[in-house]
Amino acid sequence: MTIPTGRKVIFYILLIISGFLVFAPTLMAFAMSFMSNKDIMTGSLPTSLSFDNYVRAFGQFPLLKYLLNSLIISLVIMLGQLILSSLAAYAFVFLEFKGRDLLFFVFIATMMVPFEASIIPNFHIIRDLGWIDTYPGLTVPFFAMAFGTFLLRQNFKQIPKELREASQIAGMGDFKFYLTVVLPVARTSLLTLGVYGFLTSWNMYLWPLLTTTNDNVRTVQIGLKQLQTQEQLNDWGVIMAGAVIVVIPTLILLFLGQSKLQKGLTEGALK
Amino acid sequence: MSMNSTAIQQTPKSQINFEQVKKKQRMKNFSKGMLFLLPSIILFSVFLFYPLARTIYLSFFLTDAAGATTVFVGWENYVTMFTSPIFLQSMKSTFLFVLYTVPITIIISLFLAVIANEKLKGIGFFRTIYSSTMGISVAAASVFWLYLFHPSMGPLNLLLNAIGAEGIGWLTDTSWALFAIAITTIWMNIGFTFLILLGGLQSIDSSLYESADIDGAGYFYKLRRITIPMLSPTLFFVVTVTIINAFQTFGQIDILTQGGPVNSTNLVVYSIYREAFVNYKFGSASAQAVLLFIIILLMTFLQFKFGERKVHYQ
Amino acid sequence: MGQIDLVDISKSYDKQKNVLDEINLSIEEGEFFVLVGPSGSGKSTLLRMIAGLEDITSGTLKISNEVVNHLPPKDRNLSMVFQNYALYPHLSVEQNILFGLNAKKVDKEEQQKRLIETAEMMGLSELLKRKPKELSGGQRQRVALARSVVSEAPLCLMDEPLSNLDAKLRGQMRMEIRRLQKRLGMTMVYVTHDQVEAMTMGDRIMVLNDGKIQQVGKPITLYNEPANLFVASFIGSPKMNMGKAVFHADRNQLVIDDALHLEIDPVINNVPRYPNVTIGIRAEHLYPGTAENTTHVVEVINVEQLGNETLLAFEVGAEVWTAKWPGQWDVQVGEKVPVHIAIENLCFFDSDTGLLIKPARAGKQQEVVTA
Repeated sequence: MTIPTGRKVIFYILLIISGFLVFAPTLMAFAMSFMSNKDIMTGSLPTSLSFDNYVRAFGQFPLLKYLLNSLIISLVIMLGQLILSSLAAYAFVFLEFKGRDLLFFVFIATMMVPFEASIIPNFHIIRDLGWIDTYPGLTVPFFAMAFGTFLLRQNFKQIPKELREASQIAGMGDFKFYLTVVLPVARTSLLTLGVYGFLTSWNMYLWPLLTTTNDNVRTVQIGLKQLQTQEQLNDWGVIMAGAVIVVIPTLILLFLGQSKLQKGLTEGALK
Repeated sequence: MSMNSTAIQQTPKSQINFEQVKKKQRMKNFSKGMLFLLPSIILFSVFLFYPLARTIYLSFFLTDAAGATTVFVGWENYVTMFTSPIFLQSMKSTFLFVLYTVPITIIISLFLAVIANEKLKGIGFFRTIYSSTMGISVAAASVFWLYLFHPSMGPLNLLLNAIGAEGIGWLTDTSWALFAIAITTIWMNIGFTFLILLGGLQSIDSSLYESADIDGAGYFYKLRRITIPMLSPTLFFVVTVTIINAFQTFGQIDILTQGGPVNSTNLVVYSIYREAFVNYKFGSASAQAVLLFIIILLMTFLQFKFGERKVHYQ
Repeated sequence: MGQIDLVDISKSYDKQKNVLDEINLSIEEGEFFVLVGPSGSGKSTLLRMIAGLEDITSGTLKISNEVVNHLPPKDRNLSMVFQNYALYPHLSVEQNILFGLNAKKVDKEEQQKRLIETAEMMGLSELLKRKPKELSGGQRQRVALARSVVSEAPLCLMDEPLSNLDAKLRGQMRMEIRRLQKRLGMTMVYVTHDQVEAMTMGDRIMVLNDGKIQQVGKPITLYNEPANLFVASFIGSPKMNMGKAVFHADRNQLVIDDALHLEIDPVINNVPRYPNVTIGIRAEHLYPGTAENTTHVVEVINVEQLGNETLLAFEVGAEVWTAKWPGQWDVQVGEKVPVHIAIENLCFFDSDTGLLIKPARAGKQQEVVTA
């Protein structure tokens, strides 16, 4: 179906204006991160562009260490979520046993408990385990994930039952079938969930704020907050450079995986 | 398995007890299922169910600074909570905040999803732009908006000045601060909500539109009679998620206002955080957490109860 | 004693009504055995019970004279071909074929040897590196068959393997599967809802309806001597023409559906004297009438030209009957045509029990001669 030219023009105008409005804050931050403090203060257009702000941000703060911490934590959470969710989803789709439906209901119920509502005892547990300022303390609580289990369950259900039956006749056990058939066949949704898990972990704020007290494990988000509160109030270029460093990895990931993410999340959310 | 079959071969065929074999099989299936679920179950128990129970338990006690219970006070934490003007203010702000953010987020995202669903050249670029805020963390988004809201240098006030209006104390004026937090939150939500709604739009069967075209239906007629009704399950989901997210707002407040001015942006999670980790009053913080839990439970429940009936499922 | 013995096999879910009811059956070694029935008749369930994919509620299942009720599928030494082929989408043709051998840890050299043989036999040698989604329907079907062949299991189960193919390919694959089975000498249990498939492929057929065996026998037997009304109407295309028949002894007439009168010679014909009789007659036994033998003249309500034969539909009381005439007949709708209906071509069924009273004698003689 072709769209009339008049309507096309209207759509393009709407798309461009909306695009500009939505992207303006990000664009502004990018521009400011390359501008000199003087240009920012006077509110003029940039007279010169330089990496000075980045150099200073990395120089004054252990940003590299923070980035590494965030990377490790996000990857570990992502992997943990993928493993636990796919195992659970496998049980809900391919295994038949007593109490399965009840357990499934329990998994649904966990979605109704906001993490914030149980954050106090969680903090105490981590403290009592001696996990404050450690990677396990920042990652393990997030491994079990009802949403991920649902998303994968939805996807595993599309794998024909006959594949499992054919492997049963061939004499293949459940765990081997999970490893050699289910995981490779469902790799697209694993990737989607992985991207989603990585994004949310990278952007986590409250929990690392509570459980990190030193630079060894501090994440880049908390680093950015520090940068913002400790930097002299007017050095916005450096702050924005820090913010840009924080968002670059996730933005790239999002740009690469946008269409997959959209399909995957819609499927997981709606069936 | 091999042990099993040799054992069977030794017994005369007539004596195989199928019932017993079946029972054994069921036991095996059960333990296998549990084995696959065990990692999740353990972690849910340790980091979700136990803490939830513990939160409820703590809410009936006073605690020391380390979080150990000292005195059982019964409902007193709850009584204090509901009579405290600060907490009542916090609840009022929270509900106002939900009221500000949810409808506006949905409307803007729906608009973006509808215009980004057209088959136009370069539409992928716009989709990427609209979903971009999903990749921006609370901390970064807050820093962006901290500058946008800056009283003297912030572009928003510069714009106001340019059209002759007076600048607003976005983050310092009690009548504006909550609104400013809401704007930041809406902006952050757009990416995710847009992505889900676009997915919902794309899953609508295109033959519906083609048949409407043959009937000569106009653009807005199709939008009203096909798009919105067919999108209702997605909208339903998105509304639920946005409401729950709104109740859980924390990072924006921590960076932008720290709950101020005069507690006007002290939303419930921030209030819990302050009570527990600044004032070390874990008992009363737990009471607030229990309330948050109940509110979210109720919201989800009401959504399902009343929302579902109006939803058109394919 | 056969390759597979089913003794009083029943199946029910959650203690509900039986999906399968006391099935007794013996399948011989090297036999091509077809389970046929409408959807929901329990034929697939029965096959899956033999495979070990479904629990047996009661009864005994023996394979090679050994009770296997309790054995998992892998210990039953069989292969299975599924309706959707169950090919692993992420594996190449080669990996798909070798999947079972790998799982059973067959020696690598042996694997390669069997792979080459099988691929050759199935005409897949050129396709070994492809993924299933790069194959046509017929090629996928062949890969699924190859997986069965390569396992060298003496027993092969097939669950509607041809229903996803188009008509032309189906005909070709019917023949290929049949030849393969004879060549390898394996025992085949084949499930289908398509009676043409059953008739053309099976050494023996079991007709199943509503969880009960209707009849077991050779295709020709089922066609000529259907044990009951269900088999009569299920086997054969177009389906057997049926009608309620009343015998009038005073007039020596058989009246079918109050419409069709047949004269009876009381001396020669032994017409069953049941109160409630249903008769059936095959379409090819409604001959075109000649000047000498025309028994009835009927009004044609529909004509189907098949090229080598012509199908004519006409009304008999409330029923629509079809006659199948060899060759091409230029008949218009509404035209009245002469037909020859002979008593000896009628099958007689008890209307109350549905059971066969007397098969069509003449038809049987004729077809045995031509066979």
